[in-house]
Amino acid sequence: MGKRAVFYLALIIFMIIAPFVFPVFKTQLATVWLMIIVALTWDMTGGQMGYNSLGNITFYGTGMYVAAVVTIALAYDVGEYTGSSGGGIYEFTDGQYFTGMFLGMLAAGLFCSVVAVVIGYITFGLRGPYFAIGTLGVAIAAGELVSNWDWVGGGQGIALPVYPGDFENGKILFYFLFAATGVALFLFLKWLYTTRFGAAINAIRDDEEKAEAMGIHTLQYKLATWAMAAFFVGVAGAISAFQLIHFEPLESAYQTINLGIFMVVCALLGGKGTLWGPVVGAILFHVFKEVTWTYLLGWQWVALGVLIVATVVYFEGGVVGWLMERKPHWFSLPAKADEAAGDDQS
Amino acid sequence: MEQFASNFGLLLQFPVVNLKIVIDGVMIGALFALAAYGLALVWGVMNVKNLAQGDFVIAGGYICWWLSEKGLPALLGVPVAFLVMAGIGWVIYKVVIRRVIDRDLFTTLLATFGLAIIMAQMLNLIFGSDTQSVDLGYETLYFIDGFIDVPIAKLLGVLMAGSLAIGVVLFMKYSRMGQAIRATAQDARAARVLGINTDRVYAFTFSLNAAICGAAGAIIVMVWVIQPFYGITHSVRAFVIVTAAGLGNLPGVIAAGLGIGVLEQYGAHIFGIGYQQAIAVLLLLLVLIFRLLQQRRVRQSLQ
Amino acid sequence: MSAIIEVNKVSKSFGGVVANTDISLSVEKGTITGLIGPNGSGKTTLFNSIVGYHPIDSGSILFEGREISTLPVQKIARLGLLRTFQQTRIYGQMKAVDNMLISLPHRKMRFADAFGRNGPEQYERAEALLEFVGLYQKRFLRAGSLSFGQQKLLEFAMALMNEPTSLLLDEPTAGINPTLINGLIDRLRRANEEFGITLFVIEHNMRVIMNMADHIYCLAHGQLLAQGSPSDIQGDQRVIDAYLGAH
Repeated sequence: MGKRAVFYLALIIFMIIAPFVFPVFKTQLATVWLMIIVALTWDMTGGQMGYNSLGNITFYGTGMYVAAVVTIALAYDVGEYTGSSGGGIYEFTDGQYFTGMFLGMLAAGLFCSVVAVVIGYITFGLRGPYFAIGTLGVAIAAGELVSNWDWVGGGQGIALPVYPGDFENGKILFYFLFAATGVALFLFLKWLYTTRFGAAINAIRDDEEKAEAMGIHTLQYKLATWAMAAFFVGVAGAISAFQLIHFEPLESAYQTINLGIFMVVCALLGGKGTLWGPVVGAILFHVFKEVTWTYLLGWQWVALGVLIVATVVYFEGGVVGWLMERKPHWFSLPAKADEAAGDDQS
Repeated sequence: MEQFASNFGLLLQFPVVNLKIVIDGVMIGALFALAAYGLALVWGVMNVKNLAQGDFVIAGGYICWWLSEKGLPALLGVPVAFLVMAGIGWVIYKVVIRRVIDRDLFTTLLATFGLAIIMAQMLNLIFGSDTQSVDLGYETLYFIDGFIDVPIAKLLGVLMAGSLAIGVVLFMKYSRMGQAIRATAQDARAARVLGINTDRVYAFTFSLNAAICGAAGAIIVMVWVIQPFYGITHSVRAFVIVTAAGLGNLPGVIAAGLGIGVLEQYGAHIFGIGYQQAIAVLLLLLVLIFRLLQQRRVRQSLQ
Repeated sequence: MSAIIEVNKVSKSFGGVVANTDISLSVEKGTITGLIGPNGSGKTTLFNSIVGYHPIDSGSILFEGREISTLPVQKIARLGLLRTFQQTRIYGQMKAVDNMLISLPHRKMRFADAFGRNGPEQYERAEALLEFVGLYQKRFLRAGSLSFGQQKLLEFAMALMNEPTSLLLDEPTAGINPTLINGLIDRLRRANEEFGITLFVIEHNMRVIMNMADHIYCLAHGQLLAQGSPSDIQGDQRVIDAYLGAH
């Protein structure tokens, strides 16, 4: 067995036993997977295609709401359900709960893909910082829109049924749902980046005008990439919805300056444009965040802001970028000394 | 919905309400234009799209509020905020902006976003999350049977904003530093060849921007309200204005600033004050789409 | 002989600056056609108009008999009309050979093909073309680390990889080491003869263009000044005046 296989095997075993070995941290571990998913999907457009979105959180929030609406609609009238705001008594059978969860995740992913195509059709005409600001605007607008939409509970948010059965078992289920989505995403990207598709989006990143002049269907590629990213973010949002049980539109669903910016920082911290970067970054970021949240009462947000600034200013290539420079043979890259500088990316 | 419709009907029923809204919008829009002018400056000269713009405004506002809490005259807050924010802007340039200025634009955008988070959170920790304002205690003028009320404080605010803007424009036109800034904006490399210290120009421009924002914020706290997390909305407004007007187009910035002020007042009248951020963001998206369609006609993208 | 590119009375101005006025010319299929003119005479603007980089003010542009002046860049490229840039453009962060592989003709691919990988034939073709331009040794280097001249050759090889019917080259010899120019002329000729690609070339180096072209158009002040065989152009007093600034 090669070194690589041992490494992957150890990783898989750790993933499976982790929630049982550290039972107190089940939800924390699930959140790490969530961060990995959103960082990897952000990197699909940001790192691999050169489109730095600040609005991917739109898909997370939309995924949450789609999952909630689908689950509720299977059993009750959604408007009545949200209108009672906890007043009425609504019960869900186990069958309704799990059918809702399964269909909700699927519907969330698919719906978010459609949303990505619709939004992308407009926003992909924006380049560079305009794209970032435009997508940020979309995310804020989506949050405001939903928080004023009474049918889905308005600013009060919406509540889902509680996991039927033991609460701790529920936590384990959510851990494995996130983990399975994360692993599926990782394997999917590992494959995708070696196909012609991966090369095409890299070409768009390096020089989009050249790619157009060479006849590459740039808009198709951009929409497809964002739709795939949105699918996974939507699914992750759906799982979060069931995990949180009750969520509000601005605080937990369309949390523009929390998760919306964290995912970017994760990818940059780990090294954007690499497969492992966002994974490493997400883990490091979450650890940093939890430590500051525990020990820097009140000042944790300032610390996070400092981390963002420090990451972008002083740590350009991220952890993986830094390793690539130090240990190029790990990544089967030619040593830097062989190359003259001459990066013409602006 | 019915509420919105009846609010809208009011506008048609009493045309004088429109006049009041426009006057209010113009007065607040003048301050938006001021902050946007600062953004246009750093954008045009250094190609930095500063997402902390609104937080500079809010910080200036808190400086003025703090002074008046300490019993000092609030009007003194405007020059003090100007100077203090100039200092803060200079430090931020030296520590952060200088290191990202040559990198890709998203890096500067994200770095300033990080700064925005730091500033907003620090203001929140220091001053608390309540909305604050400073009451100058001046009278209010009434016109047309009391339908139109114009607080003297607001008139004073517009006057100060106008004189600050004129001062900055004259400075840019006639002083040596102003000329160096304009030269750098046109072609930084050529300016460097001709012996202009562009690093100093950038440092000066960025701190001038922070100072303008600080003064604008000090005026805003006297005529309106501030809160630590209002910064992002101000940043969005500045972006809307600059994107709509284009760079180096001062009349355009003023027109767009007044325009967004009026539109927001209409929005607040029809939908209620709670929709302020939503309206600012909606305007941003509309302006981006409009500019996009404009560019698409000549087969270019907005970059 | 039939015209593959027909430009009819094309005008283009930017704001108040008129770049092209009423230009009509045609490029015969299978030939090498030259486009010369002093700096600022509107050559690159005309190229940009042909490949759809910007809409034209008036006139029409036909490619293989089809109106293309209303089409965007990608669609025109997928018809088989390709261009290279004066300021060479390649994908800087990718390896040279990957630059080649991404230049496979996308017009011949279905969307589903994007999810496949390149097989040995594609690699062979990419390496053969790199060999053709003399970059075989450098195929695994990051394209951005190549010298300007090498990037120019790589861009040319990428264009050939795309199997165009017609290729617009904007100053292919600018910035290339003079000792390599003869080799480049030879390669352009071979691309024309062996691959059957119609070439339309902007060139400042008179020796190059006179050696290579079958037919030459000369622009000055945004207008068509003269046309003819290389010897006609060489003897044309108007062309000489335009270059010396007497016009």
